[in-house]
This record gives sequence, C-alpha cells and structure tokens, in this order.
Amino acid sequence: MIPYLLILPGLAWILFFFLVPLLSLVATSLQKRAGTSLSEGFVPALQFSNYTSALGEYFPQFIRAFLYAGIATALALVIAYPIAYYIAFKATKYKYLMLVLVIAPFFASFLLRTNAWKTILSADGFVVETLNALSLLPEDRILNTSVAVIFGLTYNFLPFMILPLYASLDRIDPRLVEAASDLYASPATGFWRVVWPLSMPGVLGGVVLTFIPASGDYINAQLLGSTNDKMIGNVIQAQFIVLRDYPIASALSAMFMFVLLIIIVTYIRRVGTRQLV
Amino acid sequence: MAADLNLQRLTREFGEHTAVDHIDLIVPQGTFFALLGPSGCGKTTTLRMVAGLEEPTSGHIRLGDRDITDLPAYRRPVNTVFQNYALFPHLDVFDNVAFGLKRRKVADVKKKVSEMLELVELGKMADRKPGQLSGGQQQRVAVARALINEPAVLLLDEPLGALDLKLRRQMQIELKRIQIEVGTTFVHVTHDQEEAMSMADTVAVMNLGKIEQMGDPISVYEHPKTAFVANFLGQANLLKGDIVGEENDHLVVDVHGVKFSVPRSEAPVHDGRIVIGVRPEKITVVDPGVTTLPKNQVAATVIDSSFIGVSTQYLVESPWGQPMIAFEQNRDPTDVARPGDPVLLGWEPRHTFGLDPDEDLKAGLQESVPAL
Repeated sequence: MIPYLLILPGLAWILFFFLVPLLSLVATSLQKRAGTSLSEGFVPALQFSNYTSALGEYFPQFIRAFLYAGIATALALVIAYPIAYYIAFKATKYKYLMLVLVIAPFFASFLLRTNAWKTILSADGFVVETLNALSLLPEDRILNTSVAVIFGLTYNFLPFMILPLYASLDRIDPRLVEAASDLYASPATGFWRVVWPLSMPGVLGGVVLTFIPASGDYINAQLLGSTNDKMIGNVIQAQFIVLRDYPIASALSAMFMFVLLIIIVTYIRRVGTRQLV
Repeated sequence: MAADLNLQRLTREFGEHTAVDHIDLIVPQGTFFALLGPSGCGKTTTLRMVAGLEEPTSGHIRLGDRDITDLPAYRRPVNTVFQNYALFPHLDVFDNVAFGLKRRKVADVKKKVSEMLELVELGKMADRKPGQLSGGQQQRVAVARALINEPAVLLLDEPLGALDLKLRRQMQIELKRIQIEVGTTFVHVTHDQEEAMSMADTVAVMNLGKIEQMGDPISVYEHPKTAFVANFLGQANLLKGDIVGEENDHLVVDVHGVKFSVPRSEAPVHDGRIVIGVRPEKITVVDPGVTTLPKNQVAATVIDSSFIGVSTQYLVESPWGQPMIAFEQNRDPTDVARPGDPVLLGWEPRHTFGLDPDEDLKAGLQESVPAL
C-alpha cells in the first residue's frame, strides 16, 4: 500500500502539469471564434478545420523547423563527437575542467548569448569583414540568413549533444580499443568497429536532446534570421502572444508535438534496435 | 618460421620511474614462458611492449630475425589475452572470435571460428553476447579470439586473475592443454607462483623492472639465487652465518654457534659471511632425542602449529630467537607438537642453498601470494 502512496505525488504532477494542460491544448485547438473578430473570444467546439487551415498556412515554417533543427543536430554531432571523445579518453586530469567549460555558457542567459552572436556576426563586425575580404559570403552578410539561424541553433544546443556523448564514451573501457588494435584493426577501423557502436546510446541521446529543443526554438530565428527564416516556434509564439488566435496556435502546437513524436520514435526504433549492449 | 621472441636491453621509463630496466630475454618458439612477479615489477609493461601497446624507451624486440620494435600493434603477429578479457560487449561470441580474421580479410572465417570454438569447448555459445557468459567462458572466448589468428606469440596478461580458485586450477590445465595442442609460444604474466610453476616450461622471476632469475620451475624453486626469489617463490628459512670450514665438497656454516652443511656448488661465496636457506617442506620435525635425523640439525621451540589437512605447519623459534617455519606431511598425524614443546629440526645438506651475505632477507616477503 505504502509504495502506491509514494508514487501519488509523481502521478499528481503528471496529471496536473502534463495531462491536464495537454487536454486543455487539444480542447483549445478545436474551439471556434465567438464572433467575427479575434477580440470577441472563443467558444468550445469541434472545429477540426483549424488544423487544416493552420497547416495550409504555415507548412513552410513547419518544414523549416525540422530542416534547420536537423542540420543543426547533424552539425552538433560532428562538432561534439571529437570534443566528447577527447574529454573521455585524452583529457585525463583536465577532464572535469573541460566538462565545466562545456556547461559554462549556461551560466549566461540564452537570450544574452544569442544576442551576443548578433553583435559578433553583424555586418560591420570582424567575422563578416574578414569573410567578405576573402569573398566567401555570397550574400555579403551572415546575420539575417538561414546560415546564422542554423549556426545559432548548433551553438546553443551543442552542450546537449556533448554531455550524453561524453557519458557514453566515458563508459567505454579503453582496453577495448587496445584489444581492437591487438586484433589487426588500424586506429580508424578500431574506431568504427568498436568505439562508434558502443557510443550509440550517447549518439541517440544527444540527437534526441538536441533535435527536440532545436526544432521548437524561436529565439535563434527571431534574433539571427530574416522573415524568411521563421520556424514553427516563431509562428506559435506570434499566434499565442501577439495575435492571440489561441485555437490556431494550439492546433499548431498539437501538430508540432505529434510530428516530433513520430520523428523521434522512428529514429529511436531504427537506431536503438541495433545491437546495443 | 623459426620465431624465437628476443628482447634486447628492453627498457621503459615513466618519468623518473623505470618500470622495465634493460631486460634481455629469449623465449624459444613453442615454449610456455611465465613472467612472474609482484604487482609493479614491470611484467605487464614488458608484455604490453611486446604487444605494441606500450612504446619502449630503448631496446629492441625481435621475432626471429625480424625487428618488430617500431611496428604498430595492429601489424604485429602477436595477440593478447587481456586481463579481464576486454571482449567486445556489442559483438556476440562468433564476431568476437572472428574480429581478427575479418580485419585481415582471411578466407573461411566461418569454418575457422567454429573450429576454434570447438577447441575451447564453446561451440554452442556462438551467438551469445559476452555479458551472458560466465567468467570461465569469457576467458575461453578471450583465448579463442587471440589464438585464432595463429600468432607467433600469444601474450597472456594475468588471464586467470578474475576467476575463483577452483576455476583457476581448471583453466590452468586447459590452457596448458591448448598450448601443447597448438604449439604456439605462450608468454604468461602472473603474480601467482603456483600458476607460473605448474604451467610454464620456463619461469622468469621479475622484481623492480629486472629479471632476478630464470629457468625451469624446479631449478628456480630448488635453487633460488636471491632472497627475493626464495621468498617470493614459495617460502624459505634464511639464516645469516659465517663459513668456518669445508668438508667433502660442503661448506660448514656457523649460525650463532650451530653448524650447518651447504653444498659448495650451492654457495655464491666460499669464505666469510653467507646466508643459507632451506624450504620449510624439506625440514623434518621430531622430538628431541630422536637420532635418525638428516645432518643439518637445530633444536627449537614450537611457537605455533596449524594442522591444515595435507600437512601441519609449524612456526618454531631457533635457539638464537629467529622464527623458522617447517611443514610436516600428514602421513601419520598422531603426534602433532604443541606450542611450547621442544623439538628438533633436521634437513639434508643437499636441500640447503646459499645466498650472497648482503641479501635483504625480507625481500619479496610482502609481495608473495600465500601458499594454499
């Protein structure tokens, strides 16, 4: 009896802070306008057309959200893997210092950091001037391009990729790498045959932890992108806070959650069922 | 291919510490060679240098007439059975064993792996993951995974360290059987002197980065050349004395007024101070007054006697106050001497060995694994 009582607070938490809001969101997404204008409010209904009209109008932002988040996640994986590998296998006594450095950006506000990049990447900044001098920028700028948005997403969510990768690489016995080289595997072969498969739980975790917040993000697109770089997060934010079209905003949120869930579940089932330990 | 393993002035330094100190060693092809020593003596570092997992500071490693010192591990024709096995946890037994063959793109992987699994009696376990195997089975997979590559030398780094006693004994016999069957050179690193002696053709006792003594197990055990070897390889009574005479190829040694004989050939010095030693199982323990004793005799008082089944182990005190140990086989355990009893110890002069007088009598005592 007592064990069941002990899980009550947890159940209550899930009920009040997850299930109820979720149902409320779905209910809101089906409401219809009370009058002709938005300011007249909404009444409960089963207006499923909210979904089709929302999707019809904001399909590009949907696609963009998953595309940008996908590219940012892939970039983060490529950047984070060597860093996590180094911390796990090579850093020895500087291990914890390096882990602190990975987390250190979190001590500054997310908004502040993203705004800082706005300054760094500005047209009269050092980066853009240098790249322009080398004629490497087709649009003569970085700020207000999709490159800046993807860059911002990659930068902001990189620690979410590094930490699970590190946790998983750190658990790999370095003697397995030695055993691979003892068994005629060159360093590259040893990596692909032993380290990479054993780090799959970290890759899986890192990808999920990066992709989910990156696809729902709106700060990076808002601060670093142009109007053509808006993601679904920006639309939802505008619908909720600015336009106050709650049913459309809720429908978008519900669809976004659903699609994200499908993507993540498919991904985990494909990667997660490979021979993991 | 004649491929004796030949270490020449092999040295490995870690900062100020010299882990392996100018070792010269030849392991003839096809022999079972044991590197025995306490932890930190450099035996594992030596093995890792042969495997290519550790770079020597200086010196050379040769296989036959080929210098392999600078070859990376994955190009060396040697394979290792790692301590705690280091099996790939994400691969099943078959893929673990096939790993080396696949890297070298050898044909007939399937047939070779099944034959090898038969040799180590794991035929039915091919699709299990290492995590699903017992310690002894993992050990066999580790041996199979290394041996299947037909290495010129198989290196074993404390391979039985993680097994319980009974399984250890079983695997010792098993490993010896496999070695004879395949005829590969085995270099076996261990800190367990019984394991080394029971399996190896040649034992090298290492201490502080150097080889103290090397030879077949019987000669190293019976004729230790240093106090470290005497103490580490089993147990020994070491007595400090002076050479006072000579008779019939034997030196007469005076230890606190008691005279002992030691064969001249067993003594590193022939006059002045000397250390003599005798192993506890060579000593006969009798009541005072018994006259049918071997020639080396000393009266003593029993401090402690423990009956351990196969033998009774006595701790006695010599007239000059030095503790000595003696093992009596329990052929007829009717009169076990009690603490406080006076006894007479006797042993054959030919069972006595001599050591350099400057030897540290306690060398190797802490490190040795107590006999069973």
